[in-house]
Amino acid sequence: MGTTDNGNTIDITVDFSGGLEMLFGNQRRHSVSLPAVDSSGKPTNMTFLIDYLCTHLMKDPRVDLFVLDKHIRPGILVLINDADWELEGEETYELQPRDNILFVSTLHGG
Amino acid sequence: MARALCANCKAERAVIKRPKNHAKLCKVCFIQVFEDEVHHTITSSKLFYPGEKVAIGASGGKDSTVLASVLKTLNERHGYGLDLVLLSIDEGIKGYRDDSLDTVKRNAVQYNMPLKIVGYDELYGWTMDQVVETIGKKGNCTYCGVFRRQALDRGAKMLGIKHVVTGHNADDVAETVLMNLLRGDLARLSRSTSIVTGDSRSEVKRSKPLKYSYEKEIVLYAHHKKLDYFSTECIYSPEAFRGSARALVKQLERVRPTAILDIVRSGEDVARLVPGEEPSSCACSGQKGAAGLVDDDVGGCGSQNGRTPGGEMAAMDKQLRDNEASEGLEIDVVKTMVEGNAARGEKRDLPIRAGNTSKGAPRQVLGNCKRCGYMSSQEICQACMLLEGLNKNRAKIQI
Repeated sequence: MGTTDNGNTIDITVDFSGGLEMLFGNQRRHSVSLPAVDSSGKPTNMTFLIDYLCTHLMKDPRVDLFVLDKHIRPGILVLINDADWELEGEETYELQPRDNILFVSTLHGG
Repeated sequence: MARALCANCKAERAVIKRPKNHAKLCKVCFIQVFEDEVHHTITSSKLFYPGEKVAIGASGGKDSTVLASVLKTLNERHGYGLDLVLLSIDEGIKGYRDDSLDTVKRNAVQYNMPLKIVGYDELYGWTMDQVVETIGKKGNCTYCGVFRRQALDRGAKMLGIKHVVTGHNADDVAETVLMNLLRGDLARLSRSTSIVTGDSRSEVKRSKPLKYSYEKEIVLYAHHKKLDYFSTECIYSPEAFRGSARALVKQLERVRPTAILDIVRSGEDVARLVPGEEPSSCACSGQKGAAGLVDDDVGGCGSQNGRTPGGEMAAMDKQLRDNEASEGLEIDVVKTMVEGNAARGEKRDLPIRAGNTSKGAPRQVLGNCKRCGYMSSQEICQACMLLEGLNKNRAKIQI
């Protein structure tokens, strides 16, 4: 395994599609290294990741196209290892090493 | 974490929670169920007849790409015998259409379908870039929308095709229902819920096979089948009002996922209350008395197999008579009772505010545009009216 660095970080991949890549430097896939626990000592979860993406990865000032009222904007689907995050506990899902998280917008046209 | 198993096969890990009924399904079962439901919509609404030539309005986006893929699959699986063609419109917006047209070109190869691209410039003598140069960004969506509506029909005519299918999904229909509700436009609301538009007088019939498909499932279908689609946003002004309706629909979906199909069904039920508008819901949607309606349904489905042209004309005449009959009511909306054969024909007047109807239910008599011959309820069709204005402006600019 060895995907965690001294047990302190978790490496995952994050994908954006359906037009969301435009907010993240027009790049579809990102490798992200997160601390294994948040500042209060709890395992890193999706809430932490979403906040991290907004503050570290987003290249566009229009944060509300991704997050609205502190939640993922309605109309954006989230897949955790290809499964709908509604089946995985949504924001409470605790990230595991090598997880793949996909954010796909349904809001853009053709 | 314990993984939920697929509710259908009970063997594979569930990856989808369906918005319409919360069912948890694995990838394979989801794809099958999604296709089966579209097949059901197609057969219960009798959208096609064997040997029919059908143009798929293709933008390269998720909806039309999924529509092309599903129709190809179902056509082969169930032997519809359809001759499928991709039809794309090039509005002439530099930097917007180029990538999506490239996607459509790849789709044509992937699905082994012929592709026809029709440009606004060849149809109207104006690209959207030129329109915006002339009139500015404000209001240009009106031009684009009017032009596009005719462009698909004209493109189909060039190909000798009488049926165009579009990728409009349940979310789109729900948005349109809400927009027309908020505008007080009941006539348009009821037309917008029809799975088939264009009646026996129009040369090209339009239909929406994905009318009952959630946008969420369309995107997930495209994802799990690894379909090649392109997402973009028009570089000119977005439709602000539709954007608000869209945000509202998505917020409602989050709280109550069934809301989307419920709005669609509400729209269909309202359609039954509007004079001269035919009911259009899926034939099996369980509406009481729906079977009774089928007999004297005024039609509108021009290519229903076995329907004679004479029957269509008779149906059209009946619709016109019905329109006239309801004209006298002016402020009343008439509901034809459908509880049973005996009760048919009995009418109940539902009074509503006059201000709404005068705007909401204009009497429409179809004819043809005197300039271009395109089907129109006015002497001059909308596209020709807009073109007249544009051409005057061009003359001014050239002077």
